[in-house]
Amino acid sequence: MTRRQKRMSVILAGLAFLGAAAGLTFYALGQKASYFYMPADLATASVPPGQRIRLGGLVEKGTIMRGQGATVAFSVTDKQKSVKVTYTGILPDLFREEQGVITEGAFGPDGVFVADSVLAKHDERYMPKEVADGLKAKGVWQESTN
Amino acid sequence: MVETGHFALVLAFALSLVQMLVPLVGARTGNQRLMAVGGPVTVTGFALTALSFAALASAYAGSDFSVASVWENSHSLQPMIYKITGTWGNHEGSMLLWVLILTFFGALVAVFGNNLPATLKANVLAVQGMIGAAFFLFILATSNPFIRLNPAPIEGRDLNPILQDLGLAIHPPMLYLGYVGFSICFSFSVAALIEGRIDASWARWVRPWTLVAWMFLTGGIAMGSYWAYYELGWGGFWFWDPVENASFMPWLAGTALLHSAIVMEKRSTLKIWTLLLAILTFSLSLLGTFLVRSGVLTSVHAFATDPARGVFILCILTLFIGGSLALFALRASRLTAGGLFHPISREGALVLNNLFLTTATATVLVGTLYPMALEALTGGKISVGAPFFDLTFGPLMLPLLAIVPFGPLLAWKRGDVIAASQRLMAAFALAITAMLVTGLFIDGASVFAALGVGLAVWLVVGALTDLAVKSGFGAVPPAAMLRRFAGLPRSVFGTALAHLGLGLTLLGIVGTLCFGTEKILSMHPGETVELSGHTLRFEGLSPRKGPNFTEDRGRFLLMGADGNADGMITSAKRFYPVRQTVTTESGIRTLGLSQLYLSLGDENNDGSVVVRLWWKPLVTLIWGGGLVMMAGAAMSLLDRRLRVGAPAKRRKAAAALASPT
Repeated sequence: MTRRQKRMSVILAGLAFLGAAAGLTFYALGQKASYFYMPADLATASVPPGQRIRLGGLVEKGTIMRGQGATVAFSVTDKQKSVKVTYTGILPDLFREEQGVITEGAFGPDGVFVADSVLAKHDERYMPKEVADGLKAKGVWQESTN
Repeated sequence: MVETGHFALVLAFALSLVQMLVPLVGARTGNQRLMAVGGPVTVTGFALTALSFAALASAYAGSDFSVASVWENSHSLQPMIYKITGTWGNHEGSMLLWVLILTFFGALVAVFGNNLPATLKANVLAVQGMIGAAFFLFILATSNPFIRLNPAPIEGRDLNPILQDLGLAIHPPMLYLGYVGFSICFSFSVAALIEGRIDASWARWVRPWTLVAWMFLTGGIAMGSYWAYYELGWGGFWFWDPVENASFMPWLAGTALLHSAIVMEKRSTLKIWTLLLAILTFSLSLLGTFLVRSGVLTSVHAFATDPARGVFILCILTLFIGGSLALFALRASRLTAGGLFHPISREGALVLNNLFLTTATATVLVGTLYPMALEALTGGKISVGAPFFDLTFGPLMLPLLAIVPFGPLLAWKRGDVIAASQRLMAAFALAITAMLVTGLFIDGASVFAALGVGLAVWLVVGALTDLAVKSGFGAVPPAAMLRRFAGLPRSVFGTALAHLGLGLTLLGIVGTLCFGTEKILSMHPGETVELSGHTLRFEGLSPRKGPNFTEDRGRFLLMGADGNADGMITSAKRFYPVRQTVTTESGIRTLGLSQLYLSLGDENNDGSVVVRLWWKPLVTLIWGGGLVMMAGAAMSLLDRRLRVGAPAKRRKAAAALASPT
């Protein structure tokens, strides 16, 4: 190979490498990112059971039920619709009725959302940003809930 | 005292304006006296910033609630250590710490850079002055920590309980020493572009700064990871949270810079790339500052959200990244390219390292910024977490780690990959053995686990092989080998330690992720639970009162194999009345390199308590490996070759006489 050909092949190999990395990144963004929904959004968006999403809203008052062992059931609401959620594990310290939460998981075949993680706000001053924005967009935001 | 601090800060801002203009003009016009202004002004600026910081810290220590920032983030009942660390446990104070460290590094260049060419030193200080001026203005305009309240409140609102931990004393200062340390590399690069001249000695000056910054950034990230691990009670050590990525991106780019600077120094090639990498690394530090400080992210780090701050930092970001890249585009063609090398050589290996690391940085950047861009453009909200990074970052890291041991064994200019492979035969054999043993003899080991263990062993033994080969193992008699070993350059030890640390961290990650076990259950007092061969008995909850909190402590007795008690693990639910906040104090027991991790949940109506426990094999290696990497960087810094200004002295006697700086 001439020096020119050598250089071209090195450059081509580098470009192929970058192309593969870029392709993988865009594939992963399409497949592995989880979308955020609030309960009322789910009526219009069709989310098949098993697809990972994040579901956010307020913990509906009077719906927290502790079942067998460490499993907890509660409803997440945006004051328009509510969705039943089950979760096995330790709830975050700031998990309370009428507080903003984000749960991550997928719908089971029975329509109950099975969460594998539950996030509440980090301290008493803030609500998860997505939930606050969503409530504002739906016009049900009250300063007092913050 | 508070007003003194405020005035000192304003004065420091004014001095930073002098610092950015006068030496620059001096360097352009060749005026020695104007250039000489840079040093004293920089040192004075640092002294004033330190005074300002001390004033704020003393307001915090003395619980002066007439200062708004103290009132919002402190309480008179807090232990003294948290009163002091609370100084930077909030937005305003942490920005003041940021500029304090920036001016500190500037002062170091001013004091120890006497052997730099006068124009280069003047330009470097001027660029540091520009960064300082921007951030001083930011603090004074949007985040002033010295604003007073009238009337003064009697009691403060307490520091966020999650931050009331020793971690706050270590993690932010270390992280900032890393982040901001890269500003020196940036300033040197921009100064080189302004001068239109770059040579190998430039790399000799830049590499120690890169090493220092990288060392602290490694420590800062490792400490942050351990802090999150024990404080949040989720048992995880890395969450791919945008805030973590914000610190991880400069680390990846800084690691690439560290390696390309070696090529530049030794072989005087890859100059333009190294310069660009230095600019990009600090740009990522600035991006990190923007992500964490602007309030675009909701996290424990985003202390407050104020749109004005976000816009201001975005302007700083655009100005510095855009400005430096534009300067690069204009001037880079003036710089001469270096010598050629064969693709299979030490240079070639380091280029490959850079290709992988910068691509990995790019995937982390996309994963961090894409959700924000999507939300800004379409309003759609997505989150990108571990599944994304497993698929993009993971495949880039595996081949990179696999080639790491080859790099140091290849010769400069033209390497012999077959000879290097022969030398690595022992490492390869041990790695394959480890892989087979893991795969065949450990229950529940996946292919991935076996591969991970094998790769970690490959890295560790590969690093040791490098030392063995370079001290002539097998080629010279043992006594001569020992002499050679002791005489190896410190930077060779540095490389080996850093690569060894990487292997240990990988081993810790694989051990924890692939062999860790976990149980969630509700327990009544007196009940026992067994996890991976460890038996725990729940002894019950007992209330306790701390200085500014109350807690319910759950006590768990660890039972030895013979049924005797083997120590107590306690985990608590703490309630901080001022902020009406509950936190979980996890209970951790270190057994060898592994840990038993226990986290207390809510109490059920029937008196039982939800308990989550994990067995985390080899978990301590994750952070231990980080410490070993830091030690490697420190070792490299001790290399005489890197001591700025000490011309390479061949004879030991001469070196012993030479002063360290």
